[in-house]
Amino acid sequence: MSAITTPIAQPPAAWSLPYRAKVGMACLIIAESAIFTIFVVAYLFYVGKSLTGPTPRDVLETPIFYTICLLSSSLTIHFASRFLERCKRGAFLGLWFLTIVLGGLFLFGTAQEWHRLIYEHGLTISTNLFGTTYYSLVGLHGFHVTAGLVMLSIVLLFGLAGRVGPEQSARVEVLSLYWHFVDVVWVVVFTVVYVLGR
Amino acid sequence: MSSDVMAMQTAEVAGRPWVETLHEWVTTVDHKRLGILYILYALVFLVIGGLEATIIRIQLMRPHNDFVSPQVFNRMFTMHGTTMIFFVAMPIMFGFANYLIPLMIGARDMAFPRLNAFSFWLTALGGFLLYFSLVGGSGLYGAGNAPDVGWWAYAPLTSRAFSPGHSTDYWTIALLVSGFGSIGTSINIIATILSMRCPGMKLSRMPLLAWLNLVMSAMVLIAITPLSAAQLMLLVDRYLGGHFFDTQAGGSAAIWMHFFWIFGHPEVYILIIPCFAFVSEIIPVFSRKPIFGYPVMVGATVCIAFVSLSVWAHHMYTIGMNSYANSFFTITTMAVGVPTGIKIFNWLGTMWGGKIQFKTPMMFCIGFLFQFLIAGLTGIMMSAAPLDWQLGGSYFVVAHFHYVIVGGILFALFAAFYYWFPKMTGRMLNESLGKVHFWLFLIGFHLTFDVMHIPGILGMPRRIYTYEPGRGWDTWNLIITAGAFIQGIATLLFVANLVFSYFKGPRAGNDPWDAWTLEWSVSSPPPSYNFASVPTVASRRPLWDRKHPEDPDSRYE
Repeated sequence: MSAITTPIAQPPAAWSLPYRAKVGMACLIIAESAIFTIFVVAYLFYVGKSLTGPTPRDVLETPIFYTICLLSSSLTIHFASRFLERCKRGAFLGLWFLTIVLGGLFLFGTAQEWHRLIYEHGLTISTNLFGTTYYSLVGLHGFHVTAGLVMLSIVLLFGLAGRVGPEQSARVEVLSLYWHFVDVVWVVVFTVVYVLGR
Repeated sequence: MSSDVMAMQTAEVAGRPWVETLHEWVTTVDHKRLGILYILYALVFLVIGGLEATIIRIQLMRPHNDFVSPQVFNRMFTMHGTTMIFFVAMPIMFGFANYLIPLMIGARDMAFPRLNAFSFWLTALGGFLLYFSLVGGSGLYGAGNAPDVGWWAYAPLTSRAFSPGHSTDYWTIALLVSGFGSIGTSINIIATILSMRCPGMKLSRMPLLAWLNLVMSAMVLIAITPLSAAQLMLLVDRYLGGHFFDTQAGGSAAIWMHFFWIFGHPEVYILIIPCFAFVSEIIPVFSRKPIFGYPVMVGATVCIAFVSLSVWAHHMYTIGMNSYANSFFTITTMAVGVPTGIKIFNWLGTMWGGKIQFKTPMMFCIGFLFQFLIAGLTGIMMSAAPLDWQLGGSYFVVAHFHYVIVGGILFALFAAFYYWFPKMTGRMLNESLGKVHFWLFLIGFHLTFDVMHIPGILGMPRRIYTYEPGRGWDTWNLIITAGAFIQGIATLLFVANLVFSYFKGPRAGNDPWDAWTLEWSVSSPPPSYNFASVPTVASRRPLWDRKHPEDPDSRYE
């Protein structure tokens, strides 16, 4: 039974499978969602359980401008990858750069807010439960924004060197999937921290 | 120096220098080599974890024993549990999945070969970090010690006040790092199965092993990540002065339990589902019948995955939840028994009326069926909250989950070793030594873990380092330890069989078992590219079709 050679099946006419990088990114997003879920649950569970101040109501200010920045970067990255598909490299690079600027602005906003909380209100990660859960959740999201910005910048550098063309658009699409995920997580974090948590 | 050079030169003449071979293995991205690395790595830790279990059993052999101190005893059960779950069971499952899935679905490698290597080395680093605690656990003094907080590391025991030094941090980081490795491999397995199948390999024609590993990997994505999140929180508490699990600042110790068991219970299914996969491949081949109820098997597995995500708090009845929570978790826990029962009946249905060949892999599978059933029945017993209040934290629980892990998971793993060793090495394992291994291990297993239920019912708590004589536990504990030694001897026989057969076993050929899945169509061991030309399949048993062109399965699909 060792020599088996006769193939009897004809290859099916159309055999298409999903793009593996897209599947991989979808899986990563599922895994990351579970991590964020646990942090969100911890945040909600500890709302109002701090034994000492400051409380969210006292010190938090809703970061509307920076939220608009981050959410609109989802639009710019979407159109950037559309332009790349249609071979318009200039528009792609412009919008891609705009995405990085918007993401950077968001991080700047977070930094500003943390600076204010730490130096004006004396709220650190070890002050009370609010500090612990707030900095962990927002920080975890900020870490994902930072990681995204690093990856976006690498693509930008390759793009400036003229190495990103429409043949890479499927890969760029995978990265934009990650960026959309980071934005969606911010919608959840925003709702939990700045709306429900107060 | 010169003699070294001489030796190198002679080696070069004889074959390639060992450094080159080593370099090839360390830098490999081949799914088969990584699979074997995973398995070898897990076997090393199996021996270490086994030695720790032996130390526990020697200490408990008789009352007032002083073989080890209470401190060492705490470290032993912590390290035994952590090692066996995270550095034996998980990597060995990933090893088999890595090795077999591309071969079974007609692919030349995994979807992301470099991610695959990265994930393996992360897992390897995790195991190293856990044991590095023995050296670095107290800082740089070189006089550290092993973690001693138990494998579920309940708060507040893990806080700085009760766990000074760094041993708990090594435990945390080891699990975090190996968890990232597991997530990487799972992403890889899912992408491979969804995107790398050969033409004609529809989802409805995939071997059950691929299907079940797909479900397992999806569970890893959802269930390992809560543990990673909880470990991050623990690190925040220990290093940044956070209060997640700090009850003095309003934090909750119970929320750690929830987070841990949201991981911990699905973890059992993450480990047992690949074992279901082995059994689902092996039983049909040795019953000479196709698997009974293929779509139901897939459906039941998906069902188990879903339900098992909502049963975690049955580990927590004794902390005092309200009656609604108790009822909910009792009902869901009992409900898991239904799809599991369906699977057991399907395996029996496969064997029913078949020409059963009692080869070693099949014997281990039959042992699995019998023991997994009993393990499930004691699980149903303890799913009832009132009975769990009585038995929780006793040796009955220890007996129950070892029945699952040893009687179920380990038996299925042994079956997988005997079944796929010929494919991986090109040599058959010795059959009579395998039979001796089976019977010896079976006797040792039942002596240990059947008997272990009894001191549990008599009230012996788990994790005690010694006990008073005259409580009716003495003889039972002596028998349990004797059984543990028999299992140890049987495992040594198994290792001897692996080594002996690797060098001296009879040649296996491509297809020693007359099986039906694609991995048996290539040489043993398979070439690095797997398939010279990518195969095309038309049914669930592609090799049956090739061997029986007059009556192919594809005619009936």
